[in-house]
Amino acid sequence: MKKHLILRVVSKLLIPLIILYGLYVQFHGDFGAGGGFQAGVIIAVSVILYALIFGMDAAQEAVPPWLIKIGTASGVIVFAGVGFITMLMGGNFLDYDVLHPDLAHRAGQHMGILWVEIGVLLTVTSVMIAVFYAFAGRVPDMSDEEW
Amino acid sequence: MEQDLTQYLDYVLIAMMFAVGIAVVRMRNLFAAVMLTGVYSLLSAAWFVSLDAVDVAFTEAAVGAGIGTVLMLAAMLLTAREAKETSPGRHWAALGVVVVAGGALLFAVPDMPVYGDAHSPANSGVGLDYLNETPNDIAVPNVVTAVLASYRGYDTMGETTVVFAAAVAVMLMLGMGRRRRRTGGNGAGKAKVEDQT
Repeated sequence: MKKHLILRVVSKLLIPLIILYGLYVQFHGDFGAGGGFQAGVIIAVSVILYALIFGMDAAQEAVPPWLIKIGTASGVIVFAGVGFITMLMGGNFLDYDVLHPDLAHRAGQHMGILWVEIGVLLTVTSVMIAVFYAFAGRVPDMSDEEW
Repeated sequence: MEQDLTQYLDYVLIAMMFAVGIAVVRMRNLFAAVMLTGVYSLLSAAWFVSLDAVDVAFTEAAVGAGIGTVLMLAAMLLTAREAKETSPGRHWAALGVVVVAGGALLFAVPDMPVYGDAHSPANSGVGLDYLNETPNDIAVPNVVTAVLASYRGYDTMGETTVVFAAAVAVMLMLGMGRRRRRTGGNGAGKAKVEDQT
């Protein structure tokens, strides 16, 4: 897609906003609609949009596959790790209340949810990009005639 | 009793989803069919918003209309652009399955609570407990997040693991970054594609 100037300029403007919106959905999930799953998908969409407009090679240079492989596993490790940390601190598995002594404001719950959602974000973002790379990496870029 | 006007919006959206569903089935061009499934997801997301299920609508719009469509397009590139004609016998078999499944669903409809019923199981049992206790237990305004991440933390961890397992399966079957290794011999990669066609 060398020629599509409008598409390239518009997507360059949109991709940072998409990532910003994904982060908003991630960290505002306690208060409004959203959370790790949705935010992960939105952030993955920004990478996929980049790959569609600028080609797979450029996308894999920006977000290399080895990083994606680490991301898929580390999200699950973060999630389960929160569970083991709560166990080490004397609570049950994923019992966030022990994370912070401020029980009146449920600060432990907020911390636990924040970290767990970060784990979900990592895995979902990486998995979506990984599946896209796996499919789209097997074929040459779609030529203009096929649209 | 005041008439609830939003129900007509629901009817219109369901009718549009029905029309899109018929169009997807009748479509031979796979590119158009994939795009229409995206339209279907977007319509159902709009319907979920109308039903006040914003979290579900959000997920449907992002996953169904966004990622799902792109992944289906990427999968379509690996196959043909047009669907093959199927024999009429298979149409009848599929119709039979759909009629039986649809009939079973319609048979179950009278047992469902009325839409918006305050005494339905979902609104009176454990769901009410979550709504009442979340401000004390978790103290986050969005009850969906509280249930998802805290009350049902195990479930969400399982879901994350399932998503992870899906990616591992795709990577094992299709491989990843194979294109990178081929960039040195770009011509070789092209030749391979041509061989297949």
